[in-house]
Amino acid sequence: MGALISLIAVAGLAMLAAVGATAGDSLRFVLGVIIPGVAFAVFLGGIIFRVVHWARSPVPFRVPTTTGQAKSLPWIRNNEFEAPSGLLGVIGRMALEVFAFRSLFRNTRVEVMPEKEKVNYIADKALWAAAMAFHWAMFIIVLRHFRFFIEPVPAWVGALQSVDGFFQIGLPVYYGTTFLMVVGLAYLLFRRFFDAKVRYISLPTDYFALYLLLGIALTGILMRHVEKVDVVQVKAAIAGWASFQPVAPVGVGLWYFVHIAMVSALLVYFPFSKLLHAPGVFLSPTRNLANSNRTRRHINPWNPDIQGHSYAEWEDEFRDKLKASGYALEKE
Amino acid sequence: MAEKTPQELIQIDLTPPPRKWMNPAVDFEARRGTWSYPTAVKNLEYLGMPNPREWSPADADWKLPGNWQQIIHDGFKDLLKKYRTLEVFMDICVRCGACADKCHFFIGSGDPKNMPVLRAELLRSIYRQDFTAAGKILGSLAGGRELTEEVLKEWYYYFFQCTECRRCSVYCPYGIDTAEITMMARELMNLVGLNINWILEPVANCQRTGNHLGIQPHTYKDNVEFLCEELEEDIGIKLDPPINRKGAEILFVIPSADYFADPGTYTFVGYLMLFKYLGLDYTLSSYASDGGNFGLFNSAENLKKLNWKIYHEAKRLGVKWILGGECGHMWRVMHQYMDTMNGPADFLEVPKSPITGTVFNNAASTKMTHICEFTADLIHHNKLKLDPSRNDNLRVTFHDSCNPSRAMGILDEPRYVLKNVCNNFFEMPENTIREHTFCCAGGAGLGNDENMEMRMRGGLPRGNAVAWARDHHDVNRLACICAIDRATLPPLCEYWAPGVDVSGVHELVGNALVMEGERKRMKNLRGEPLVQEGEEQDDV
Repeated sequence: MGALISLIAVAGLAMLAAVGATAGDSLRFVLGVIIPGVAFAVFLGGIIFRVVHWARSPVPFRVPTTTGQAKSLPWIRNNEFEAPSGLLGVIGRMALEVFAFRSLFRNTRVEVMPEKEKVNYIADKALWAAAMAFHWAMFIIVLRHFRFFIEPVPAWVGALQSVDGFFQIGLPVYYGTTFLMVVGLAYLLFRRFFDAKVRYISLPTDYFALYLLLGIALTGILMRHVEKVDVVQVKAAIAGWASFQPVAPVGVGLWYFVHIAMVSALLVYFPFSKLLHAPGVFLSPTRNLANSNRTRRHINPWNPDIQGHSYAEWEDEFRDKLKASGYALEKE
Repeated sequence: MAEKTPQELIQIDLTPPPRKWMNPAVDFEARRGTWSYPTAVKNLEYLGMPNPREWSPADADWKLPGNWQQIIHDGFKDLLKKYRTLEVFMDICVRCGACADKCHFFIGSGDPKNMPVLRAELLRSIYRQDFTAAGKILGSLAGGRELTEEVLKEWYYYFFQCTECRRCSVYCPYGIDTAEITMMARELMNLVGLNINWILEPVANCQRTGNHLGIQPHTYKDNVEFLCEELEEDIGIKLDPPINRKGAEILFVIPSADYFADPGTYTFVGYLMLFKYLGLDYTLSSYASDGGNFGLFNSAENLKKLNWKIYHEAKRLGVKWILGGECGHMWRVMHQYMDTMNGPADFLEVPKSPITGTVFNNAASTKMTHICEFTADLIHHNKLKLDPSRNDNLRVTFHDSCNPSRAMGILDEPRYVLKNVCNNFFEMPENTIREHTFCCAGGAGLGNDENMEMRMRGGLPRGNAVAWARDHHDVNRLACICAIDRATLPPLCEYWAPGVDVSGVHELVGNALVMEGERKRMKNLRGEPLVQEGEEQDDV
């Protein structure tokens, strides 16, 4: 049900964009200039707002999850990336988490076999592989898009393109990341439909994000390989933004508008949704704090002024019993 | 013991039902055996906590305050301002499901709301509805839910069905820690008087007497003396541990279960034998008579209050540093909370072993060292005369307790000690040990009898791994460094892995320790005969 509602929402969005694109100059100006501009501003502002908001909320306790041997005695080998004792270890741990999805790599699947009275754990790297494929591919694809934003096209973009198109298949060349992004997303969507547990926990919004990203990928592919877009016109339109003299795009075709509309929707959606996991992972206290609790004191900015039951009160309460069993007392 | 047999209990289907989860409905009457009794009036009153009253979760009317929704809403807002963990963890979950089958309660029950992601969604759905733009506009489409009494009842059921073991947080790509979320939910429930007696009675006891069990100082002394007399009868060594002695070098803090009941008492005797052997300048305290702290399972306020006495007593006695016994959640508190809450301990010195001279720099600020660090250092420096063959009747495996492994990273120290004090040590399967370890399912205050079915369900993954070690390596002893484990694992093993007993690491140290002037040992600390006595004599 949620999956369907989200599909309708994304399809509706695409259709609106398509209709708008054919309805005259002023609407094309709105679709091609105003909406993406506003979306980008919301995206940037929204993320900054959210990250600043998080960063300003206190971290009362240092609560890293240790996933390996801590630093203790000099002859016991500690694991700095799993139980970091200081900043360098934390940087390493975060780098592994952000660039290699370290924690997801641990994933296992459990199997309960009642007839054998056995519980099994099977390594399951599919989710990790799909997540890596999709995120890295998307990252590189975003970088490749800089050929539209910067004139002349910087050398690193060219280098990225030639590595990405290494296999030289098709004309224009099919990029490896195109394939990885679509396959990665398709698997993530597939799980939401066919893994009963994941289906059970999925919210409508979980499908929405996936449809949107798939829609963006597919319209991109269409423009490059099927209904080929006039790259010169696209560059002209985008150059207009960059020079703050935007013009309604002309001669860029229908799919361009659909693509841009979906990207805009994603940008607006980002700061109000779970997509915040991207900046959020950097602020997760179980990962970004060192396991240096006993070495350096961590300060709680709102540490309440609470005292316990003092020894004197305790002695007062049990004085007779303490005396009878021969304890030395503070007050006789 | 749970009424169902293991064979019945393991008939588990991990496939969730097709219907949506958002409709809350827990039939407490039908689910007896899987929830804990609420806090007795006297305990809430003693602690000055809200809404003391007689009630049962099986009742229709939970006697909530009239404005309970407002109280929860305001409380939520307050917690969001105090904890970045809560804010971030509410916002960033993508529901990838990596955590889903990592929870022992899910594996053992198949109840989909025991998937950590859904446990968090119980809270998150309210957060969205009340505190986010998307939730306010889109409601359930954005995953929001109205906070109804049914939702609150669901919180009570599922947040007292989480042992705060942090296993899910190991697998989460963003480190979302359900322990943290459960703590927040329990804080919120406190505000309207929803908490359980198995947590707050120990808290009330601890506040008054210094320990969870409510043992008063004269009984404390009797217990300790009784245990020492027993040992003296057996091996002829007088332990005579000092209690409340001013000017000692070291304050030794332990969980109260260690001087209260088997098998913790064997571990307790093991510690004291070690100290006697070393001639250590230490003292016990009948005031700081519990390092354990059930406040951790209830609220930051109670946690701080109970923990306060540790430094207070160290200061009063004028010790130089603190040594801590084997206890899981106690060590989470000592490691991650004590210094922040009740420090700085600037009146203490950095712990230094008087035997080896090793300075425990990893405790430079807290000034408190784990007994396994202390003992491992002694063995490494060859300071202990050990006869591991005295543990030859045992084939030992090690259960990593949740908190020492996932909130401290103490993994190799206890193993090092064990391998030096016994000849037969075997690991359980790798997905069930170290940071992947499975909970005893009785932690975080859930180790009570009325919750026994849920404990056995949640105990399945641990019990199954123990049974594996038993079947593959003839293991008959499960060693651990946690007092809750020593109370909860024996029934768990009896249920899932009969034939395996539970002990602390220092019980096995005590067995192996060759003490000067001791009588020849015919039995180990728990009175089991030692094997192959003839051969042993030949060796000597």
